[in-house]
Amino acid sequence: MPKLPAPPVPAPLKAPPARPGEGNGKVAPVDHGRNAGVAVVDWVDERTSLSGGARWLMFRKVPKGTNWFYTLGSATMFAFLSQAVTGVFLAMYYRPDPSGGAYESIRHVTNEVFLGQFVRGMHKWGSSVMVILVFLHMGRTFFFGAYKYPRELNWVIGVVLLILTMLMSFTGYLLPFDQRAYWATIVGTNINGTGPLLGPYLSDFLRAGPEFGATTLSRFYAIHMLLVPGAIAALIGAHLYLVTKLGTTAPPWLKAEKDPELRKAEA
Amino acid sequence: MNQREKEEYLREYGILKSQGKPFFPYAVAKDAAMACVVMACIITMSLVLGAELGSKANPTTTTYVPRPEWYFFFLFEVLRVVKPPSLVPLATIGVPTLGMILLFLLPFYDRSPERRPERRPIATITGIVVIAAMAFLTYSGANAGSPTAIEMATPPAVLKAGGTTLATYEAGKLAVAQTGCLACHKIGENGNDGPGPQLTHIGARLPRQGIARTLVNPTAPMPSFRNLPPQKFNAVVEFLSQLK
Repeated sequence: MPKLPAPPVPAPLKAPPARPGEGNGKVAPVDHGRNAGVAVVDWVDERTSLSGGARWLMFRKVPKGTNWFYTLGSATMFAFLSQAVTGVFLAMYYRPDPSGGAYESIRHVTNEVFLGQFVRGMHKWGSSVMVILVFLHMGRTFFFGAYKYPRELNWVIGVVLLILTMLMSFTGYLLPFDQRAYWATIVGTNINGTGPLLGPYLSDFLRAGPEFGATTLSRFYAIHMLLVPGAIAALIGAHLYLVTKLGTTAPPWLKAEKDPELRKAEA
Repeated sequence: MNQREKEEYLREYGILKSQGKPFFPYAVAKDAAMACVVMACIITMSLVLGAELGSKANPTTTTYVPRPEWYFFFLFEVLRVVKPPSLVPLATIGVPTLGMILLFLLPFYDRSPERRPERRPIATITGIVVIAAMAFLTYSGANAGSPTAIEMATPPAVLKAGGTTLATYEAGKLAVAQTGCLACHKIGENGNDGPGPQLTHIGARLPRQGIARTLVNPTAPMPSFRNLPPQKFNAVVEFLSQLK
């Protein structure tokens, strides 16, 4: 059986190796239990060969000088996961029915469901947090010149993710179907409609017709909870694959010291 | 970047990477700490700010002032400031579309190998200016009235009279903006030119009673405003008769 690599645990936490002669070669039942986790992982790995990928993802090196600015991307992804989880709970109660059902279901969640207002608040404010984090992450990438060779494609994927995030907040805003939601969406779709060439078609598509009608709400709901989150999840996957493959950038002011071996050779 | 610069970068990056630490557990620990901060922020905001639900959507109201979510305020403000109809599509879709295209293509037109912010003055200054402009537009969008508000100078005669005349004038201005007159009439730089006539100088063309009569008993397709509350109705008449 292939052996898994030892994780880089700090030395004081490592279990001491068994002394010679201890146990006399017999395997105690306790040891079987102790190795159960490893055995399960080995069993899965023998059939999937996932350990190579996991090692490639987790035990790669991040360059010298990596600082707190480099956590903004993963923080954005975490905000997205939080939105996904709270969104699932809200979807359990929501009814996309413009003739009163939508508003009533949100009122029910807010006022009657256990922790309902808390979860809806997390979803509502989580969207603002996510938008802020997306912009901070983009600012870091821009000012550090991290979009340059060889990471151009990852920048393009990131811009698509930014647009999808804005689309999420636009479509989500309508769903509570209160006055503020309704009128902001009317204004939003009208702004879309003034656009060149595609504008009128885009707002007809969003409204499901030339006027704001009965199917508009369910269309926004489907875009908000199926289409865009699926696209965002897939693109985050692609973004992460490229990050892992190409590596995160080092801070731009950092110059590599010459390899000590090379310096010795030059001297 | 030419081939030499590319190879130089990859060599340099390879050295920096080999001198770094493994992603797990060092970077993972930082990311986890940051995730806790994000979670704490979201939970605090949810507990402190809550999730208010306004009154139920009513498509027949004409007095509601629509406001988008705060991160669209900058777009909302552009729409509010740009009044001439020929420029509106340019401002609302043209500028954001152009911005998006420039953002998409950034790595393809900025091809210099330099990465330090202080040695890329054009990029750095552009970035700061864009951020400042968006912050300014968001701030003024947050403090602005509705995009249907009327913006025009108060006539000196009304300012001089002050007191109730001025108050009625301002109330009328607000009422006209909220009642939807701008959908068909142009007043100064505000509203649509047509199908109704321009109202910029209506006070000079029609006497006060004439304006009131038209509001109560208009020519189709203009709707009648006889159901407005009397105080609001009088304010509207007063405002319109001051447009000379």
